[in-house]
Formats: sequence, C-alpha cells, structure tokens
Amino acid sequence: MSQVERHSYDVVVVGAGGAGLRAVIEARQRGLRVAVVCKSLFGKAHTVMAEGGCAASMGNANSNDNWQVHFRDTMRGGKFLNNWRMAELHAREAPDRVWELETYGALFDRTEDGRISQRNFGGHTYPRLAHVGDRTGLELIRTMQQKIVSLQQEDFAETGDYEARIKVFAEVTITELVKDDGRIAGAFGYYRETGRFVLFEAPAVVLATGGIGKSFKVTSNSWEYTGDGHALAMRAGATLINMEFVQFHPTGMVWPPSVKGILVTEGVRGDGGVLKNSEGKRFMFEYVPEVFKGQYAETEEEADRWYTDQENNRRTPDLLPRDEVARAINSEVKAGRGSPHGGVYLDIASRLPAEEIKKRLPSMYHQFKELADVDITAEPMEVGPTCHYVMGGIEVDPDTAAASVPGLFAAGECSGGMHGSNRLGGNSLSDLLVFGRRAGLGAASYVESLESRPTVSQSDVDAAAEMALSPFDPPAEGVEENPYTLQNELQQSMNDLVGIIRKSEEIERALEKLAEIRSRIRNVTVEGHRQFNPGWHLAIDLRNMLMVSECVARAALIRTESRGGHTRDDHPGLDAQWRNKLLVCSAKDDDPVVPGVEVTPKEQLPMRQDLIELFELPELEKYYTEDELGSHPGRTA
Amino acid sequence: MSYKAKFKIWRGDDQTGELHDYLIEVNEGEVVLDIIHRLQATHAPDLAVRWNCKAGKCGSCSAEINGRPKLLCMTRMSTFTEDEVITVTPLRAFPVIRDLVTDVSFNYKKAREIPSFTPPPGLGPGEYRMKQVDVERSQEFRKCIECFLCQDTCHVIRDHEENKESFAGPRFLMRIAELEMHPLDSADRVREAQDEHGLGYCNITKCCTEVCPEGIKITDNALIPMKERVADRKYDPIVWLGSKLFKREKA
Repeated sequence: MSQVERHSYDVVVVGAGGAGLRAVIEARQRGLRVAVVCKSLFGKAHTVMAEGGCAASMGNANSNDNWQVHFRDTMRGGKFLNNWRMAELHAREAPDRVWELETYGALFDRTEDGRISQRNFGGHTYPRLAHVGDRTGLELIRTMQQKIVSLQQEDFAETGDYEARIKVFAEVTITELVKDDGRIAGAFGYYRETGRFVLFEAPAVVLATGGIGKSFKVTSNSWEYTGDGHALAMRAGATLINMEFVQFHPTGMVWPPSVKGILVTEGVRGDGGVLKNSEGKRFMFEYVPEVFKGQYAETEEEADRWYTDQENNRRTPDLLPRDEVARAINSEVKAGRGSPHGGVYLDIASRLPAEEIKKRLPSMYHQFKELADVDITAEPMEVGPTCHYVMGGIEVDPDTAAASVPGLFAAGECSGGMHGSNRLGGNSLSDLLVFGRRAGLGAASYVESLESRPTVSQSDVDAAAEMALSPFDPPAEGVEENPYTLQNELQQSMNDLVGIIRKSEEIERALEKLAEIRSRIRNVTVEGHRQFNPGWHLAIDLRNMLMVSECVARAALIRTESRGGHTRDDHPGLDAQWRNKLLVCSAKDDDPVVPGVEVTPKEQLPMRQDLIELFELPELEKYYTEDELGSHPGRTA
Repeated sequence: MSYKAKFKIWRGDDQTGELHDYLIEVNEGEVVLDIIHRLQATHAPDLAVRWNCKAGKCGSCSAEINGRPKLLCMTRMSTFTEDEVITVTPLRAFPVIRDLVTDVSFNYKKAREIPSFTPPPGLGPGEYRMKQVDVERSQEFRKCIECFLCQDTCHVIRDHEENKESFAGPRFLMRIAELEMHPLDSADRVREAQDEHGLGYCNITKCCTEVCPEGIKITDNALIPMKERVADRKYDPIVWLGSKLFKREKA
C-alpha cells in the first residue's frame, strides 16, 4: 500500500487555465473551500497561448452588435450543430464576464472614448474581440490568477491563513476520479516534483483540463494537452460528444521544423493581413462555400474597403470561419501553389506600416524574428494548418455544467457542445469565462444540496496507486516499450490518417494502429525514479491520449458527411440528416488500463422557437431538413 | 545541415549533482529546448526540465545557458558555433529540485504579499473608462510572462539568500509599479514599496532589463519611476508637511 497525502475540500477544480480559475473564483465567492490542481505551475496554463481576443457583444466598436448577432454568428460557425442553449448563454453573458475582469484589474486595449476596444475576427459580423495586442490569453490568466491571490489575501486578513479557502496545488496531475455509490467522491493524483501520491476527498470535481491536441503531430498545443479530463470523465462513467470535430487552425508556423505548428494569430488577418499563394494570388475569393455565398466580399477592392467601411461593404473571405480557411490552404498546397516549406503566404508587411504591425502584433513580430529569422514587417509569413482545438468534450447540462455523473462538472475546452462542429476564433476565451463561472456555481449548488458526503474507499485508492506505478514494472512477457516511441507513433497516425481531410480506409487504418498501440501500452516501461520523471509522466498521459484518439477516430468513421472540423473526402457535402445528430462516446467495461470506446448516435433537442426565429428561412434551409422547418413562421405564414 | 553538438548539462538533486557530457544531433532551425527533448527521447528519458508552450509565452523553461539566464525555447542553436560547448544549468537563485527544475515557490510567496488591485469606489462593471495612452504604461509590465529570469539574475538575491525575506525582486516591484500606474487603482503603494518590499535594495544596475525575454524596460520604466515617487514623498518639504497635516490617499 502506497503512502498517500490526503486533503479534504468542498470542490476540487482540475485545471488552472481560464475555465478552472473562473470556477475557483465563483465557488470561493459562494463560501466554499476549493482546491485548484494545476498540471504545470500556477499561471502557465494553455490559456496564455490565446492571442487574438475574447468575443463579447459589448458593441463598443459597432453599436449594432448585440447578443443575438453573436448567437447567430456562433451557430453559423458551428454549422448549426451547436448546443443552442450553451450558445445562447454564452452570447448573453459574455459582455458581463469581460467587464467583470476589469474590476479584477485587467487592462484591455481602449477605444478613443476610453471603453474596451474590439477587433475583427473570422466569422464575427462586427468587431467583437476584447483584446490586449496579441497576448489576450496572458491578460486573462494573469488577471484571474491575481484575483485568486486577492481572495487569498482577504482570507488571510480574516483568518490569518492565505489558504483557508483556496489552495493551489501546482505541478500535480490527476490520474483517476474516485466515486462512492455512483457519485464523485474525490480525485487521485501525483506531485510531479516528488512523485508522491495525493488524494483529494471532495463531493464535487470540476474538470477544466483543456484539449487533446498532443494526439496530433502538428499542433499548437503544449505537452499538457493529452485529453486528461476527457479520459477521466469517461472512465468515471460520463459521456463525450462531438469528438469527431477537431479544429485545425489555418495559420500555424511551418518553418523551421522545430516550431512547426506554433500558432499565428487570426488577429493578423483581422488587422488586414491577407493569404496569398505562390503565384501571389489572394486565393480565398475562390473558396467561399455555398452556405456563406453573399455574406463575403467578391472582389479585392470591396474586401479592402470593408476594413474602413463595414456598413457598405462585405468582409474579406480571408476571415471565413477557420475550418473553411484551413481547407482552402490545404487545397492550394495540394494543387502545387504552396510556399517553399509547404504552406501559403500570410502577408501583413505590404498592408500596414512597420510601426503599426509592431504595435498591434508585438508577439507575432517577436515570434517570427526570434524563431524563424523572418521580419514580418518586411516579408510575408509562411503558414499552414495546425491542430488547435477540440470542439468535442464532456457532455454537460448547459446551465449548470454538470456531467452525467453526480458531482462531476466540466467547463472550457474539455466540455462539449457549445461550439458545434467548429469554433469561431475569440469564442474560447469567452466560453471559459461564461462556463467556468457556471461550473463554479453548479458545483457550489450541488455541494450545498448534499445531505451526506461521499467517502473514498481504500481499495479505490490502492488500485489508482497501483495503476499509476505500473510503468515502473517491466512486463512479465514481451518487449519493453518506450513511452516516447509510442507517443510518436500515435501522433503520426492521427495526423496522417484522421487529420484535416479524412476518408474511411484511412480512419480504419488509424483504428488498427490504435489497437496495436493499445496492446503495446501495457508493456511501457520507464527508467529512473518517481521524482520529476518526464518519462513516467508521459507513460501515464499516454493512456488518456489513446482513449481520446480512439473517440476521434471512431466518431469520424461513423459521421458520413463533412461539417466544420470534420471533412470526409469520401462524403464531401453537408448532410441535413446529420445536422441534429450527436455521436456520444462512452467507455466500455473491458480493460481497466485503457477502456474501449463505444459510440452511440443521439438526437439533440430542437432549438427553442424564439431562437430559431432569429434566422431567416432561406439560411436555415441550407442546413435543416424540410420536416424540421415546419413550424418556422416563414413557413406557416 | 545537421551536426553533433557538445552539451554539458547539470544533473542532480537538492543534495548533489554535476555536469554530464552529451553529444547530440542538432538540425536546422532548432532551439536549445529541442535538443533537451531529443536527449530525453534518446539518451536520458528521466532528464527533468520544465516547459509548456515552446513559443516564449508561458515562461516555464527558464534556465542558465553558458551562465546566462535564458528561456530554453527562445535560444536558437544558430547563435552558437558548431564546436562550441553549450552548458545548461538550473536557475541559480532558487533551490534545485532535480536537473534543470528549480523550486520557484519564492516568487508565488512574494506575489501574495503585494496588495492586489483596489477597484475605484463607485464604479461598477462596464463603467471603467481609461485612455489608451494611460493604460499603456501598466500594459508594458503586464506583458510579463513570469519566467523569473529577472529574479534569478538580480544580484540582491542571486547570491544573498538572506535578502530574500525583505526583497520582492524586480518582478514584484514591477507589479507594484504596474498597480501604482493603473489609471483606476485607488490604493497608495509608494511607501510600502520602499518599506515592505525592499525597493531601496535596487541600485539600478539594469541586469533585470537585460535578461527580460519580453523586452520590458523594468528598470527605466518601473523601478526608477517608483524610486522617484518615493524620493518625492520623502524629501519634498511641502509633501512632508502635507502628510503631517492631512492623511494622503494617493500620490
């Protein structure tokens, strides 16, 4: 039996990015004791990577903006597969969540009259993104980190203990959730620093662990993004939805090889940058899909006028939703019109004065200068698609963020539904504020409603400890496997076979490869001891990566259409019959190391009448079946 | 384009340790962190290093390269000659946990001692109005990615453990300056910077500014203006008299 440090809290928040920290703030303000578990150091979570901004219809840059317009844009971006209630709550509450950050000390860029400035972004009708240059994510995470510190200072003033109500557990990874009689009872994990185990006994757990991008070779995501929350939730009996929808951001760096995949903000295009192929042609005009015809400029002249006069011109197709732009770049490169290193050109140098570029896009300037020796004020960038975000995630109740397992909540990237088949840029920072807060509230209400607290059984703790330590034991038979090798093979297969463009034979090959990795994973053996041992950490993360990869591949094989972040070469069109179908992933009972994945289709609730009436009938006809539109006033009139 | 580079990497724990020699492949365009990762995947799977974003945005992979505080992910191999020996060691100002990973909890403790943003009374959410030119001063300091290289290099604490108690370090003195210059912060922070957080220890050698990967002018724009405010407060006879006669809210 291993030694385990024990803590007792009301709520444990797993993940210290934007969603997690916002949940902590809310639960603490309801008077609860909260532990926040960070996989890295406090303040380093992936939210710092968000560049462009946080979407909220404050109407500071264009007073025509309101939540209804934002709601419509979000549903269009997600090709009407979004959970409409989440999209509604998100659009309604985002402005309050942004303004609230100012009261925590955030300093956004300003308009002339001193309000929060808002910038253009793909798929957003009006300039809508609150931003700080191109480091908005850093501002959000630092602001919430500092708000948590200020709450700890209040607690110190009252009790003499900074950690009376909020304690940050840095560099701790949760490996298993523990239940009691079907309800959440706690979370088990280890300290990176010492390798020692820790058990949090808590009736409520909020998962805010982010995405799964590390399952792909070319990604903008860091090592932490191994689908931990997704896999923990499934192993605890919760369900995932929309896992086939993976967002490939159209503009990642393509050179040098060591930085391939690192993000180039959409803000470059929002501020006037344009995509060009090797012939110097602005190719996006050729790629406006049928559903968006008429909404985007058809000539370069109109597109250029739009930056200064949005009332009388339509926006540039460079700012189509990300899935469209990523596919377009992919096609240009395939057609032999790519740049020397296999991307296309993103040109801001010829569009804005050098000083203005440095002012608006300082980190991009810095990033290219330092990492690629490219001066973006003088020459174009080379960019190509990179795995950026997973739309799929834990299936939750929109209002409370509760998963199907009592006591389990999820918010941010690891939850599913809000973004449908494709997320608009800027909607993730607002998502994590809106639903981070709701998860904090949901968890607090749940804890307050409990008559008795669940308890953790010793046998569950022992089993979790044994599972975590198994990579140190050489296999009884067969060859020892290196976790780095397995990770590399998994990333390569997912990238090549379940990437931006998919077809059934390739997905089936990926599933065969995943089955092979599954059989090898129990032979993974690591060297050294438990103290800060990255090989061991990867061995543990691999279980989660494999599980979420299988979700992506299985769901991708079943969905025989192309929609948002799921493009099937063998089924290239949108299929209205698929629009309302969710593919629900759950864990089988077969294998405790990496349970198999079962996928079941399920219908969504039809959109509320007042919301569907926000759209014109001809637009809905592009997405909906005839039967679904029977009650629209345009039809009944 | 590929060649073998000579590395010396410090390996050990809080008790003992030494430099280990490695000969590792280097390819075009790579940074020091790539080489450390290659080493992990091939020769030393348990080599401990902290990193996250690999794009100079999170400030996790701080270490010392040839004795200079640097981010491993932003140091390109092309800045060294092919026959140069590259020595990588952990941050010197903080206790070693293992290999290149240090215990930086000192910084989080100091962060907690700095009084937080104090909202202006009477202004609700959505009512904040600030000019761009006024927020820019504090925005420069909010570019900080908390890599703690400035804390590591600052001679007040680099080799003087005994000063850690009474000195917040450049990162957190800059945090005070950031709040002091925030257009709507309503707290007075000048005296406290000097008396509680050790601003007086700083003798403006600008080492912190030199190592800042974000290019923040910590000394010129944060520390010197704070020192000036302290001096104004302390030595201006009218201010002195005023402070005796009226309780001052803000400089």
